[in-house]
Amino acid sequence: MANTPKGQNEVIFHSIHLPESWKLANYLAVGGYDALKKVLAEKMPPDEIISQLKISALRGRGGAGFPTGLKWSFMPRNYEGDKYLVCNSDEGEPGTFKDRDIILYNPHQLIEGMIIGGYTLGAKVGYNYIHGEIWEAYERFEEALDEARAAGLLGKNILGSGLDFDIHAHHGFGAYVCGEETALLESIEGKKGQPRFKPPFPASFGLYGKPTTINNTETLASIPYIVRHGGQKFLDLGKPNNGGTKIFSVSGHVGKPGNYEVAMGTPFSELLAMAGGVRGGRKLKAVIPGGSSVPVLPAEIMMQLTMDYDSIAQAGSYLGAGSVIVMDDTVCMVRALERLSYFYFEESCGQCTPCREGTGWLYRIIHRIEHGLGRPEDLDLLDSLAGNISGRTICALGDAAAMPVQGMLKHFRHEFEHHIQHKKCMV
Amino acid sequence: MLSPESLKKIDREVAKYPAEHKQSAVMSALRIAQDEKGWLAPETIAFVAHYLDLQPIAAQEVATFYNMYDLKPVGKHKITVCTNLSCTLMGAESAVEYLQRKLGIGFGETTPDGRFTLKEGECMGACGDAPLFQLNNRKICAKLSPETIDAILAGLE
Ligand SMILES: Cc1cc2nc3c(=O)[nH]c(=O)nc-3n(C[C@H](O)[C@H](O)[C@H](O)COP(=O)(O)O)c2cc1C
Ligand code: SF4
Ligand code: FES
Repeated sequence: MANTPKGQNEVIFHSIHLPESWKLANYLAVGGYDALKKVLAEKMPPDEIISQLKISALRGRGGAGFPTGLKWSFMPRNYEGDKYLVCNSDEGEPGTFKDRDIILYNPHQLIEGMIIGGYTLGAKVGYNYIHGEIWEAYERFEEALDEARAAGLLGKNILGSGLDFDIHAHHGFGAYVCGEETALLESIEGKKGQPRFKPPFPASFGLYGKPTTINNTETLASIPYIVRHGGQKFLDLGKPNNGGTKIFSVSGHVGKPGNYEVAMGTPFSELLAMAGGVRGGRKLKAVIPGGSSVPVLPAEIMMQLTMDYDSIAQAGSYLGAGSVIVMDDTVCMVRALERLSYFYFEESCGQCTPCREGTGWLYRIIHRIEHGLGRPEDLDLLDSLAGNISGRTICALGDAAAMPVQGMLKHFRHEFEHHIQHKKCMV
Repeated sequence: MLSPESLKKIDREVAKYPAEHKQSAVMSALRIAQDEKGWLAPETIAFVAHYLDLQPIAAQEVATFYNMYDLKPVGKHKITVCTNLSCTLMGAESAVEYLQRKLGIGFGETTPDGRFTLKEGECMGACGDAPLFQLNNRKICAKLSPETIDAILAGLE
């Protein structure tokens, strides 16, 4: 490509091309921990940090896109007693694989972001909950913590400033639902990962019942940049209300699957080109733009969109965690949906009846359509089931199971009808 | 019941959490116990619970909730293949077929010589490297092809 795409590797992957970029010495050599040093030297008021976050329009990278500055302002200020900061690296949403690369290649930037978080929020301890399946990332993160502790960047009296903050890694062990923030807290407490009813929200009743802020890995790793360069510069990388760069995990039928950090608002067509275009020169059929839980969009719509929260939402889907699953014209949508529905059925924690029973129904109906046993009334039944799960559960896993079904039936209903009528695939 | 090395590792995990919340270490403790024993027998789970001052049921609940604990004996090497959507689009099916043919077993089965167990897994958060499997809960083996699978399996005891 002739021009470098806007914002490429600007915030997070700036050192990814360097050898052993994950080592402390190499992070320091590219200005690492300068933001923390600035905060400590200037005794920057927490309110000032939060107001820079608000200016930056940084929105949570874990999927919901909630404004980070606002979330941080919810933490009680004068609370006597422990508070916690928790990093969510439990990346298990099919199509998402960015947090793993952040931990593998730039763990110190995450640590630096967490220390600034601890300072701002008044937490003395932080936990990073790492997805069970990525043991290598867990080990890498533990090594980085050891390095930071040895250099006086973590623990008591950080760099002689009087600030105490330590971080520990918590290793998950295979449960998608633990990515949900309150299930994650239960899991850190050593229990089954079953989401809690909200309210109370974690900012008032979180880990061990104490005020807790939970943020995604990419969110926290973006903090040092904002503190160092100011919220405005981060905002200017993206577009209004959608600040910064975003790491897009591109998988499926592309020439070069992988993570691409580019400006928020980058046209989808440019991102697709960066990822090598559709594999084998085939025709683009559809894209799931934000991980398996969001509605699929057909190629014609997708090619008109830019990659940011607002643009994708206007088209009826979500940017989610920026996990772009690309499908070419060989894909049978019934089969694709069958696999996804199995996933939600398998991963439902079983607390709420609509989710526990509904995900089973969804899967069984789509399974029978895929296997030539579909009935004419099945599509209406799927519509009604999905509608009855949405919004009626303790956590958003229920909605996550319903949305892919609704998206598929909206845009590719004819394929399902064909399966039911002809007992076979049209692709 | 567990080796001094394993207990030392568990103690390191316990130290990460407030003293009154030893339970937080139960996930790691079960993982460490499984590493040593190969799988989690009821008496192993009970031992872990006892070591952390928990009711056995508290550890049992955790062991049954999370997918990576093995509550039945598995082969010396456990191969967990992701078959979720991104991986399937990128060739997980052929990788599974090849593995099943080569090992002569299906998902959930162990080879008669006890060397390999094959399992179906969910998204590992590594989809860009698909098709892939996770080896012994530790290593993600990426971009599988018949050649890479042959090489990986040949390198195992
Ligand atoms: C079923 C489910 C799975 C989730 N998985 C993740 C995850 O793997 N990583 C993540 O950061 N957030 C995940 N979330 C969102 C979290 O609940 C939470 O909103 C997020 O961690 C907040 O961080 P952020 O504001 O920085 O995005 C999940 C939510 C649900 C309902
Ligand atoms: S919606 Fe599903 S996963 Fe979430 S709490 Fe209810 S049963 Fe559990
Ligand atoms: S879908 Fe297989 S690792 Fe994500």
